[in-house]
Amino acid sequence: MSGYDRALSVFSPDGHVFQVEYAMEAVKRGTCAVGVKGKDVVVLGCEKRSALKLQDTRITPSKIAMVDNHAVLAFAGLNADARILIDKARLEAQSHRLTVEDPVTIEYITKYIAGVQQRYTQSGGVRPFGISTLVVGFDPNDRTPRLYQTEPSGIYSAWKANAIGRSSKTVREFLERNHQDDMDREQTIQLTIKSLLEVVQTGAKNIEVAIMAPGQAIEMLPDDQIEAYVKSIETEKQEEAAKKKTARVGTTTAAILTRPGGGETGESS
Amino acid sequence: MEVLLGITGKDFVILAASKATMRGPTIIKAEDDKTKQLNKHNLIAFSGEAGDTVQFAEYIQANIQLYTMRNDTELGPNAVASFVRGELARSLRSRNPYTVNLLLGGMDPITQKPHLYWIDYLASVASVPYAAHGYAQYYCLSTLDKHHHPDISLDEGLKLLEMCTDELKRRLPIDYKGVLVKVITKDGVRELDFDNNRIVKSA
Repeated sequence: MSGYDRALSVFSPDGHVFQVEYAMEAVKRGTCAVGVKGKDVVVLGCEKRSALKLQDTRITPSKIAMVDNHAVLAFAGLNADARILIDKARLEAQSHRLTVEDPVTIEYITKYIAGVQQRYTQSGGVRPFGISTLVVGFDPNDRTPRLYQTEPSGIYSAWKANAIGRSSKTVREFLERNHQDDMDREQTIQLTIKSLLEVVQTGAKNIEVAIMAPGQAIEMLPDDQIEAYVKSIETEKQEEAAKKKTARVGTTTAAILTRPGGGETGESS
Repeated sequence: MEVLLGITGKDFVILAASKATMRGPTIIKAEDDKTKQLNKHNLIAFSGEAGDTVQFAEYIQANIQLYTMRNDTELGPNAVASFVRGELARSLRSRNPYTVNLLLGGMDPITQKPHLYWIDYLASVASVPYAAHGYAQYYCLSTLDKHHHPDISLDEGLKLLEMCTDELKRRLPIDYKGVLVKVITKDGVRELDFDNNRIVKSA
């Protein structure tokens, strides 16, 4: 140990603040969360930890939390840290309503959350929040979907679609390949679940999805509907795979001949 | 001389509040809304010291919302009444207490029963079938005593309200500019059309 990772507010000689970087490591170990914007909808998807046999899943807290009626937050990282941050955000949302008689804008509350996170990287006796958040929703009297991300360092940024947490890189790359502007509600939900399935092996029972539409309360997608989406995506994938295979068999006779000890056996899965 | 009236029935609560904003003997505004919705099924009507009223109502509204958000629990009328009473009691013992009187109307989200609470600035609370604040008490309670039933319909409730406002027009020495009427049912809160223009001659 070099010693520069002991005190929080001390730079290392090459300009790192190690504790903040460790916090980002904690985020990477957290379960994955995805946010996708559509034309007039924004969807959050989360990977759920598999519940133990005796755990009551109905009343175990979710990774998706309401900050205000029009603003919703999903996080990746340390659950306990998130609780504190969410509570601060909720208090600010109501306090903002009380002082200026207007609900917060999504950018404002994101900036506030990021501000709190930054403060915990620059004062003594504290440690940074081990979470990244995705903040989504609609500004008051506005139909434009919003999606922001915050990080432990206090950085915040706006996105069309993004992922945080475990394997977020894989998911983000998937989103980069498949995101389109002006997706409708169905397409947006599908893309969200599809991108999550890239990294969630266990399927529907480990996914939760929240949908926000302008002027409406948050809608948590029921389990059976998630299941239906997952099923249709899986059959779609299988069909595509089957199509590819038949296409290959039809056109690649020459290729098979050139392969050393090959034949089709290796490809059959 | 602000008027607050509340009437419960079979499946609703009516709250009525006078529309005049007064400063001394002058009417400043004739379309005032002295009510505030706290959540889907709870509405308060408030009167008292100008400034205190709105400040207190907004404070209560923000805290009810915050509690709901933090605990993922929609508060029922009895919980809201306890909270409001607690806040008034705390304020009463501070250096500058709020001078606010309220009526709280709400539907219990589980039992679907209507509730009406009479609350004053001394932090007394009473759960009642019908209520009035201010001078309206002197003129309306006797009418309500005689004609109210726990299981009246909304139409009957509005008729009863009209009897009360008629009496106020007949006896109250000032013009309170009519009442704003809101009703709380299981579907939430809505404003009702209410004829304030009818002329009532006194005997």
